[in-house]
Amino acid sequence: MSLLNTVPEMVLTTKVDQLLNWTRKSSLWYMLFGLACCAIEMMQTGGPRSDLDRFGMAPRATPRVSDLMIVAGTLTLKMALRTKVLYEQMPDPKYVLSMGSCSNCGGLFQLAYSVCDGVDKVIPVDVYVPGCPPRPEALTEGLLLLQKKMMQERWLVREPQLRTDAVRA
Amino acid sequence: MNTAAIQQFLHERFGAAVGPVESARLFDYVEVDPSAVEEVALVLRDHPDLAFDCLNNLSGCDRPTRGRIQITYELFSYVHRHAFVMKVGARRDRPEVRTVERVWPAANWLEREIYDLLGVIFLGHSDLRRLLLPDDWVGYPLRKDYVEAPEYHGISTVRESALKLSERR
Repeated sequence: MSLLNTVPEMVLTTKVDQLLNWTRKSSLWYMLFGLACCAIEMMQTGGPRSDLDRFGMAPRATPRVSDLMIVAGTLTLKMALRTKVLYEQMPDPKYVLSMGSCSNCGGLFQLAYSVCDGVDKVIPVDVYVPGCPPRPEALTEGLLLLQKKMMQERWLVREPQLRTDAVRA
Repeated sequence: MNTAAIQQFLHERFGAAVGPVESARLFDYVEVDPSAVEEVALVLRDHPDLAFDCLNNLSGCDRPTRGRIQITYELFSYVHRHAFVMKVGARRDRPEVRTVERVWPAANWLEREIYDLLGVIFLGHSDLRRLLLPDDWVGYPLRKDYVEAPEYHGISTVRESALKLSERR
């Protein structure tokens, strides 16, 4: 404590893990992955009214610089294979948010011959946001939940991580 | 010209290949023999009294009780402001119809869609590939006897009950 008392007031002390997590959660770039009507709500969330930019989030057009994939809309079986490829192109650490009933479980279209019933059949999902489609408030809450999850991650110690467990929004 | 007059005109030219006027709830229509489609289509487009310059829609429907796959051509003339509906019954066991792609270029994709979903072979089509479903899809899903495959590239097409999932957890 004596050491801490000697540093000036403008210096903050923190743990390295927390600092890394804080930087990561504060610049969460998301990949544009609008597949159906949920994409409209996602655009609305990115717009000025609910403004994802205040969390340091920015839409990216390529998976190679993205941290988060917001799967917004009905996932067809044809798209499911491509989704997997896109997910594998994202650099670690990467996160997936499943937005809306369709990407959660196939939703209204789950009995159709061409629809994949849930994106979690193809890639691991971190946060599920229910709704058809979810309002921007719901998506924002899901993103805050994801940030909460990111703050719990530990990168410097090797131990079983929270990553694979899905948090329910 | 109305449907009856057009039918009379075509019947005089093509004889038995053009059937009588059938009444339906929405549009009266005329059955045309699959082998005569292209010739009839050319006359419909090029004769100055008919001048059907627009193919509004081209769709198909499986009718197992009749042993036919029924293909509907909805035509409209911007010159004379009249419309005409022509139907072709392709044999279900060997569905082959002449293409009208060279009469109305709009038919290119519409015929590909019918091939994709119902498996009708359009003879003479320049590019008969699947339009919507993936190229390696098995079967034609809009046929009444279509059986859904249990999986597609390792993705199962059946969704487990959410109650079971929570039990496992």
